[in-house]
Amino acid sequence: MTSATRSTGFSFARIGAMVLRYWYLLSNSWPRAVELIYWPTVQMLTWGFVQLYVAQNSSFFANAAGLFVGGLLLWDVLLRSQQGFAFAFLEELWSRNLGNLLMSPLRPSEFIVSLMVISLVRLAIGMLPVTFLAIPLFGFNVWSLGLPLAVFFAGLVIAGWSIGLVIIGILLRQGMGAEALAWSLMFLLMPITCVYYPVSTLPSLLQPVAWSLPTTYVFEGLRALLIHHEIRFDLLAGAFALDALWFVAAVVVFYRLLASARRTGSLLQQGE
Amino acid sequence: MPAPARAETDLAIEIRDLAKSFGTVRAVDGISFEVPRGTVTGLLGGNGAGKTTTIGMLMGLILPDAGSIRILGRDMPGERAQLLERMNFESPYVDMPHRLTVRQNLEVFGRLYRVPDLKARIAELVADFDLAAFVDRKAGRLSAGQKTRVALAKALLNRPEVLLLDEPTASLDPDTADWVRGRLEQYRAATGATILLASHNMPEVERLCDDVVILAKGRIEDRGAPADLVRRYGRGTLEEVFLDVARGTRAEGAEAPTPRHEEAEA
Repeated sequence: MTSATRSTGFSFARIGAMVLRYWYLLSNSWPRAVELIYWPTVQMLTWGFVQLYVAQNSSFFANAAGLFVGGLLLWDVLLRSQQGFAFAFLEELWSRNLGNLLMSPLRPSEFIVSLMVISLVRLAIGMLPVTFLAIPLFGFNVWSLGLPLAVFFAGLVIAGWSIGLVIIGILLRQGMGAEALAWSLMFLLMPITCVYYPVSTLPSLLQPVAWSLPTTYVFEGLRALLIHHEIRFDLLAGAFALDALWFVAAVVVFYRLLASARRTGSLLQQGE
Repeated sequence: MPAPARAETDLAIEIRDLAKSFGTVRAVDGISFEVPRGTVTGLLGGNGAGKTTTIGMLMGLILPDAGSIRILGRDMPGERAQLLERMNFESPYVDMPHRLTVRQNLEVFGRLYRVPDLKARIAELVADFDLAAFVDRKAGRLSAGQKTRVALAKALLNRPEVLLLDEPTASLDPDTADWVRGRLEQYRAATGATILLASHNMPEVERLCDDVVILAKGRIEDRGAPADLVRRYGRGTLEEVFLDVARGTRAEGAEAPTPRHEEAEA
């Protein structure tokens, strides 16, 4: 029998255990893996053909190749990072396994990091094939963006995690009744964060709202790169400053919702 | 000689004046009891008596409004992370991930509990719980009896010093239920573990438990060894005692119930 208390600080072994759990889930269920690739591919084909059509009829778009496909790919990075994060958590609710995890030594911070890691894995599975497919089909090589791509990617993924974190906090507090948020919340941002058009297109009332979103700076930065061929460091700095703010706020909200769930007993009632 | 550290206490679980309300409902109303190390204690009570809330607080999933919980001499929930490495839990109302095989599930949970020499421990449990025939089958494809055996194997992965069981034999056929009880008896005898068992199955409680705490409306209605309770209530079985407590009836010549908190304060 174990009698000594072992060191129970932040454990990478427990994070590894959770990543392994989600990896087993993906590798044991091919429909899940196919679904990861399916939607980004369908989206890319749709917007890619729209871009081809528009470019044939507009010199502006002909000179700014990849505006739609690039916007779409980055939008998918944002969407899939949030969904990958929240869906991994939802898997625990769907399989009624959350109780086992909550009553294990797994700490909330370790759980969060494991969800981040698995969202990156899911993102890689879903997005890598699509980025390579865009090269022969639409002549858009997102990898040619170089270093700015890595910065755009990081900015969007952190924003996706922040939103995902708030969603799982709400799920812990409200149960499966809040499941729809994991699917739909990000689409509320889509028109405001200006994926396919500049912020100046929005009504003046909405523009300050758009500039409060870190993702808006990323999409503006992408357009600056594709249209004017310049790297706007001011936009990138704005994105990361807001990302940091959003992430800290999301962590605070998550822990408050978790504490509230412990007070109300909702961790033991994860049904609808 | 220095005084023994608090963590060396002979009590596995100490609950003092524990209370929890949900809105206007007083789910647990100032209960106090102790569970000595190496014993099996039954937590009985009808639906809504406060068993699940009490277990939730013991696992740190629900924060009490008042009172204190010490497990293995440490504060719960204050030292929750440390304690949970030395505890485990099993309930038919919590599933293992359906799409993972039994072996994958045991591997994941073994890593979560940082079980040393995990491969050997899983092999040992596969043999002990007779899981070999379906260890590479997905958990979602198991029968209720097989699922219970796997859940119990998971609950014993880390060789817990304190094991909380919530109706471990609910919905099992008599043969499988008897097999589960036998395994629990073996584990307790081999390791000296402490078991807290919430159950509605009175023959099971009589067989396994050294002591019983009966809850009603969030309070301790009575407690004692099963045989003592049966004698004091002038009944033939614990089930009849349970019904007396639930219905507020008494047999002719029955002794008065033990006053609430008396044993905890003794």
